[in-house]
Amino acid sequence: MGMTVVEKILGRASGQRSVHAGDVVEPRVDLAMSHENAALVINQFLEIYRDSGYEPRVWDASRVAIIFDHRVPAESPKTASNQKRIREFVAKHTIEKFHDIRGDVGGICHQILPESGYVRPGFVVVGTDSHTTSHGALGAFSFGIGATEMASVWALGIAVNIEVPATIKVNVTGTFAPFVGPKDLILHLIGKLSAQGANFRVIEFHGETIKKMPTSGRLVLCNMSVEAGATSGIVPADEETLRYLRSEAEVVDPIETVLPDLDATYDRTVSIDVTNLEPQIACPHAVDNVKPVEKVAGTKVNQVVIGSCTNGRLDDLQMAAHILRDKKVARDTRMLVFPASGKIYRQAVEQGLVAEFMRAGAIVMNPGCGPCLGVHEGALGDGEVALSTTNRNFKGRMGNPNSEVYLCSPAVAAASAIAGMIVDPRKGGLH
Amino acid sequence: MAKVVLKLGDDVSTDVIYPGRYMATVLPSETPQFAFADVTEFNAKLKSSQVPPGSIIVGGRNFGCGSSREQAVSTLKGYELTIVAKDFARIFLQNSINLGLTLVTVPDIEAQEGDELEVKGEHLLNTTSGKSYATVRLPRARQAIMDAGGLIPYTRKRLLEKLQRDAH
Repeated sequence: MGMTVVEKILGRASGQRSVHAGDVVEPRVDLAMSHENAALVINQFLEIYRDSGYEPRVWDASRVAIIFDHRVPAESPKTASNQKRIREFVAKHTIEKFHDIRGDVGGICHQILPESGYVRPGFVVVGTDSHTTSHGALGAFSFGIGATEMASVWALGIAVNIEVPATIKVNVTGTFAPFVGPKDLILHLIGKLSAQGANFRVIEFHGETIKKMPTSGRLVLCNMSVEAGATSGIVPADEETLRYLRSEAEVVDPIETVLPDLDATYDRTVSIDVTNLEPQIACPHAVDNVKPVEKVAGTKVNQVVIGSCTNGRLDDLQMAAHILRDKKVARDTRMLVFPASGKIYRQAVEQGLVAEFMRAGAIVMNPGCGPCLGVHEGALGDGEVALSTTNRNFKGRMGNPNSEVYLCSPAVAAASAIAGMIVDPRKGGLH
Repeated sequence: MAKVVLKLGDDVSTDVIYPGRYMATVLPSETPQFAFADVTEFNAKLKSSQVPPGSIIVGGRNFGCGSSREQAVSTLKGYELTIVAKDFARIFLQNSINLGLTLVTVPDIEAQEGDELEVKGEHLLNTTSGKSYATVRLPRARQAIMDAGGLIPYTRKRLLEKLQRDAH
C-alpha cells in the first residue's frame, strides 16, 4: 500500500517502514520554531522540570529556532519584558537559530526559516504559530502547535501521540493570466473547500502549475492551507526546491528528498485549472467568504496593507511597485508595506522598490507581522475598511471589531490603493 | 447539569475568543480577564463572577479555528467553562486536551442560551428541550494525556523515565 509524502516523512521520523492515516506515531522533531510566544513556552518548559531534581535542558538547542516578529519593535513594556526574558533563555541554552529585531537577519519567522536554509525536504517541523504550514513549500511536514506542546517538544525532542493525517490531493493545471497568481489560487481553493474542508488533513499540491511555480508562490499556498483547516500544506520536493535551497538559501550540505508513492491513498482529489481564474477576494469576516474581484469592485478602501508571512516577499513587492510606477496612492487611502524580512527589505532598497513606494505615497514599514494580528502599526478606525495581502480577516483581526478586512493578492492591493477602492488590476491600462 | 451561558455559530476563531492585541499576556493566571474581550457583555459577566464554573458555551462547527494561541484555551480554562460544539479546529482541540479544558463534541447539538445540558455516558441530554444527542469521543491518540491530567504532568513523567534510563 503506497504512502503519501506525509506518511513517508512520519514513517521515517518515527522509525517505521510503513505508516498510514489514522496510525499514532511519535516522530522526532527536526526543527522547533517559536516567536514571541516563546515566553509562554519557557514558562511551561520550566513547569515540566519543576521539582524533578534535574536542571532544565532543551533536548537539542541546534534544532530550536526563535524569531521575534509579532510585535517588533516592542509596542509595550510588557512585550519588551517578554522579549528580554526570551533573550536571557536563548543565551543560557545557547540557541543559535535566534533572530532578534535586526535589519540583517531579522524578519517574519515563516520567511526566516526558508531563507536561512533551516527547513529541508522530509523534515518534521513544528511551530507555535498556525501558519507553520508554510514550510510544506519545501517538502517538509510542518504544522502548528500550542505553547505547552512546544514545551513538551523542547523536553523530549519528539511530538507525542500524533495521529497520521489523511491527505487531500490538489492537482493544479493551466497558466495564470497576467496579474493573477498563487494568492488567487489559494483563496479560490479555500472558498471551494470551506474553512473546515481540510480539517485534520494535509493538502498535497501537484500539477504542472505547481511545477512551474517558484518557492515564493508555494509558500503562499502552504501558508494559507491552514485557512481551510489543514494540518499542513505540502509540495513534494522537486528541482525548484533544490534550486531555492541552493541558490537563495545558500545551503551547501547534501539535501535528501522524500516523495509520495504513485499508488498513495488520498482522502480525495481536487482538480483546478487556473487558466480562467480571476483575481479573488476574501470578504469580511471569514477567509472562506471568497468572491471574484468584480463582485466587490468599487468598495472604498481606507487602508491597504502589503506584507505578512503570506505576501511580503520580493516578488510581491516587485508586482506592487510595478503597478504603482508613475501613479499615486489615492488621497484618502493609506498604504503600508511590510517586507517579510531584513533581507527582502535590503533587496527592495537595492532594486529601487522602496523609493517607488514612498514616491507613490505608500509607507514602507519595518519587517514583521505588522497590523496583520491587530497588535500595533496600522490600527483601523471604527467603520474603516482594509484591503490586505495578509491571511486572516476574522472580526477584530486587525485590532478593531468595528472594522472590515478584505484579503487579496499584491496586484489587487496595489491597483486598489491607486483607485482608493477595490479594483480589478487587469483593468485600467495596467498592461 | 449546567447552563448554556453563550451560544455561538460556526467558525468561532481564536481572534474572537482571545483578541490578538492581548497576546503579550501569556500566563494562564492572567489571561482570563480578556476572554471574549470584544463580546463585551459576556466578558463583563465573566469578570464579575456571574458565570459559575462548569457553565457551557455552545458553538457550531470548527470551534477555535485560526491562530494557535494557547491563550484562547487558558482564558476559558480560567473560568472552568465547558465547550460543547459540533466539532473543533485541530490546534484548539489539542491545546484544550493539553491544558485540561473540557470539550464535548456533539455533531447534532441544538441548544439555546439558558438551556440546561447534561452528559450521560455517550450522550448529551438537553434537559430543557428533552432531546438527547450522541457525543463523539476525543481522539484516542490523546487519551494518555487526558489520563495524566494534561500535557505537563504527562511530559514530566516521560521525561523522568527518559532521564533515568539515560543515567543507567
